[in-house]
Amino acid sequence: MPRVLEMHDLVVRYGQATALDGVSLEMDHGEMVALIGPNGAGKTTLLNTVCGLLQPVSGGYRLHGRIAQVPEGRQLFADMTVEDNLRLGAWTRRARDPRAVYQLFPPLAELRRRIAATLSGGEQQMVAVGRALMAEPDLLAVDELSLGLAPMVVDDLAEHLVQLNRASGMAVLLVEQNARLAIELCPRAYVLEAGRIALSGSSAELERSPAVRAAYLGGVTDEATDEVA
Amino acid sequence: MRLFLQYAASGLATGCAFALVATGFVAIYRVTRVVNFAQGVFAVLAGMVAYTLLALGVPHVVSEALAVVAAVAAGALVGLVAIGRRGTAPLASLIITLGLGIGSYALLILVWGDQPISFDGLKGNLDVGGVGMQMQYLLVVALTAAAFVALGLFFDHTYLGRGLTACSSNPRAARLVGIDVRRMGLVAFGLGGGLGGLAGVLLTPLQPVSFNSDVGIAISGFAAAIFGGLLRPGAALAGALVLGVAEALVAGYGQASLQSGVALVIMLGIMIYRAGRRPLVASDEDTA
Repeated sequence: MPRVLEMHDLVVRYGQATALDGVSLEMDHGEMVALIGPNGAGKTTLLNTVCGLLQPVSGGYRLHGRIAQVPEGRQLFADMTVEDNLRLGAWTRRARDPRAVYQLFPPLAELRRRIAATLSGGEQQMVAVGRALMAEPDLLAVDELSLGLAPMVVDDLAEHLVQLNRASGMAVLLVEQNARLAIELCPRAYVLEAGRIALSGSSAELERSPAVRAAYLGGVTDEATDEVA
Repeated sequence: MRLFLQYAASGLATGCAFALVATGFVAIYRVTRVVNFAQGVFAVLAGMVAYTLLALGVPHVVSEALAVVAAVAAGALVGLVAIGRRGTAPLASLIITLGLGIGSYALLILVWGDQPISFDGLKGNLDVGGVGMQMQYLLVVALTAAAFVALGLFFDHTYLGRGLTACSSNPRAARLVGIDVRRMGLVAFGLGGGLGGLAGVLLTPLQPVSFNSDVGIAISGFAAAIFGGLLRPGAALAGALVLGVAEALVAGYGQASLQSGVALVIMLGIMIYRAGRRPLVASDEDTA
């Protein structure tokens, strides 16, 4: 499989503070990869750099195809309609008909004339995902899909992402605080800590790692204690 | 009563011109969060360009249209200097527009001298219920109404208009979907220039302009624009009409010299009232 994203020794700073300190990462076309790590590890910085919002100090990245981001906190055009939000997602494209998104998320078709700010959190997240899909991305970067949403809503959205990935071969880079969800959805994962990749590998491997279990998967369980012992 | 109606009619006409200037402020502020202090210059420039073209024998309508085009170009140019450099803070851009506005005096005096100039507008009077109204007043009102309808259609029903609105709604998200926010800012400056220019060619036949008339025009326009917190064109229109009529009544029944004070008093009143609630002009952090 050819790469969709190659990142080599990426360094990003905000003034004096180093947010990313030599990050290397690869993703294949059609792959689902999780990026987990604590608050302030640089996950959002990484996404914003790949989306062209931030300039790296050194190192670089190469995108083979288009990327679109579902930003943390959804960042909708709050005082505009659902349909406007979706159509604006296709700013760089010629095709601006949101029909495909309505087919994917039928509730949005009925909400199309509603002002985005008046929707529920789950509906807003659907709009955010739909808006990103309007750019017909080869790589969808999702920043905190689950933040502030009810578990059932998260499951539904996650299911949509998996199906999109299978049906269209769109790669997904999932940034999540909810590491368990991310590892369940994605076969491969990176752990980012203090601006560096601390661990990477298949989700199954990471799940067995005591460090990951302790830090991200809800503390030390009996099994893990056994392994450590 | 007849006198009152006449004052009110002339007030509505100048109010319409203020509304165009005010909408220019709003269009630029919404997209860039910059208060464009050079806004009055566009009106003066367009008035003077139209004057020269008419003097050269270019027919009406063509002269005025070319003058508005010149104002659009001036607007885009001011925008380029004010926000062209990446990462210029809105308050820095504001100071740049102030500097350009004052600096423009030199250019205007060099080309047109320091005496007020004017040209004939639409001639004749229309008798409305016993009140004679200058045709030019009606022209100003009609063209302002047309401009507002056109703006409404543009912002609500065109993709570019929605893109401009998106920059105002959420600049961060606008960048994420690939909108070049700076370029949209330049479009807004051009639009602001055109609106100022339209006000200028409509206003010059009613009140002659000289190089420094921009201050009075900008103050009236700004006072109207802050009715809607610099963000809502509809409120700016209402504010401008109230202001225009109030000024005309003060000039008619009181003293003409007190006229420009009305805008200042209204503007200060609104700003003091709002200052306690939230900052009127975005500070740098708001746009980060």
